[in-house]
Amino acid sequence: MCLGIPMRIVVRDGNDAVAESSSVRKRIRLDLLEDAAVGDYVLIHAGYAIERIDEREALETLDLIRRVYEAGRRDDPT
Amino acid sequence: MMEPRAIDGWSSPAAVAAIAGAVAGIRIDRPVTLMHVCGTHEHAIARAGIRALLPAGVRLIAGPGCPVCVCPARDIDLAIEASEREGTILATFGDMMRVPATAGSLERARAGGADVRVVYSPSDAIDLAREDPGRTVIFMAVGFETTAAPIAAAIAADPPENFFVIASLRLIPPALRFLLDRGTGTIDGFVLPGHASVVIGRSGYRFLETEYRVPSVIAGFEPVDILQGLHALLTRIAAGERGAVMNEYRRVVHENGNPKAREAIDRCFAPGESAWRGIGVIPDSGLSLRGPYVRLDAVRTLGLESRREAVDVQPGCQCHRVMLGEVEPEECALFGGVCTPRTPFGPCMVSSEGTCRARFAYRRIEG
Ligand code: SF4
Repeated sequence: MCLGIPMRIVVRDGNDAVAESSSVRKRIRLDLLEDAAVGDYVLIHAGYAIERIDEREALETLDLIRRVYEAGRRDDPT
Repeated sequence: MMEPRAIDGWSSPAAVAAIAGAVAGIRIDRPVTLMHVCGTHEHAIARAGIRALLPAGVRLIAGPGCPVCVCPARDIDLAIEASEREGTILATFGDMMRVPATAGSLERARAGGADVRVVYSPSDAIDLAREDPGRTVIFMAVGFETTAAPIAAAIAADPPENFFVIASLRLIPPALRFLLDRGTGTIDGFVLPGHASVVIGRSGYRFLETEYRVPSVIAGFEPVDILQGLHALLTRIAAGERGAVMNEYRRVVHENGNPKAREAIDRCFAPGESAWRGIGVIPDSGLSLRGPYVRLDAVRTLGLESRREAVDVQPGCQCHRVMLGEVEPEECALFGGVCTPRTPFGPCMVSSEGTCRARFAYRRIEG
């Protein structure tokens, strides 16, 4: 119900926009994220962009997980 | 241009294995009960079999996190009655269609000739009203903060005169307070719902830190997000530390949430007490239309009235106790027999995010 789908904004006309993810294109509204721009990745819920996805935070989290993974492998004698 | 890894880097099996190993390795010397309050979390947890990865003695239970499941029968009764009126279109989200009301469901009403439409977005419901000015369009608005924000934005964008709303919107923080104040069963930590948190931010849970000192963590929905959240929470509990609201979903959740979304909600709605299906009335946990938007309230303006006494809990259904974390779905005598996703008996088996539904769908993986 509170599902949020990450999509990239490809067209913007006022608060109307089109966003896409893999092959799906959807009309969305930007009323809740007015400074969003074409090219931004945003989280879509019920047809509205509710937040921008922060690339730096995303990559930091992934790097952290990779470090855990590598540490795990070093500890593993097999 | 964003690195694609930031969007699709979450599904690597190596990452899941790494975080799962770290979680399983946390040593806790007493039984610990964690609760999440989000249907999307339940779905992801059941699907990925995350409960099997927890250290011994750690339980992860599902709270009242499915907005469709906590929507009282009375609200659906009103929607059904509205849909049977001449010249009326009743629009709602797909998940609401099969939820059992006191008698029947919106789906049954549609089969009986009522004009009930499924919409994906509140703005679709407004489009229906624009396209058909001769008819009354009533949008049954169900959801938590995540959904209240788009609904508020749609309402504030000047809908036509023939558009009305049945507001059945609920708030997460007052429900957490209610769960803690009940004092039955201990909750050692909360996994907080990622997308409600996008709207209200980490600061929306400050009271957990200052008043209750319950460790909690905002987590996302990929298996690695959930495991990472559990890792932070369990590490804190194992160390005997209390009281922090941690944010492990920083790529979309900020300290104060989305201010535009919060403003939209505040402009259109006022908080007040609200009934949660089978659970009871929780103070300040519901949203009703305020100020100039009161006119859109279908119940007041159109005089919707329920013809029958509402029945929230059908005899035998344990849904309300499942949503309070008092029993597991499997403990309900009807689970998987009388009650299945094809023949749902209680609301928790209907919505794809209902706890019973998620457990049933993934029961082999969980087993
Ligand atoms: S299995 Fe069905 S009847 Fe039992 S608690 Fe869940 S929804 Fe209710």
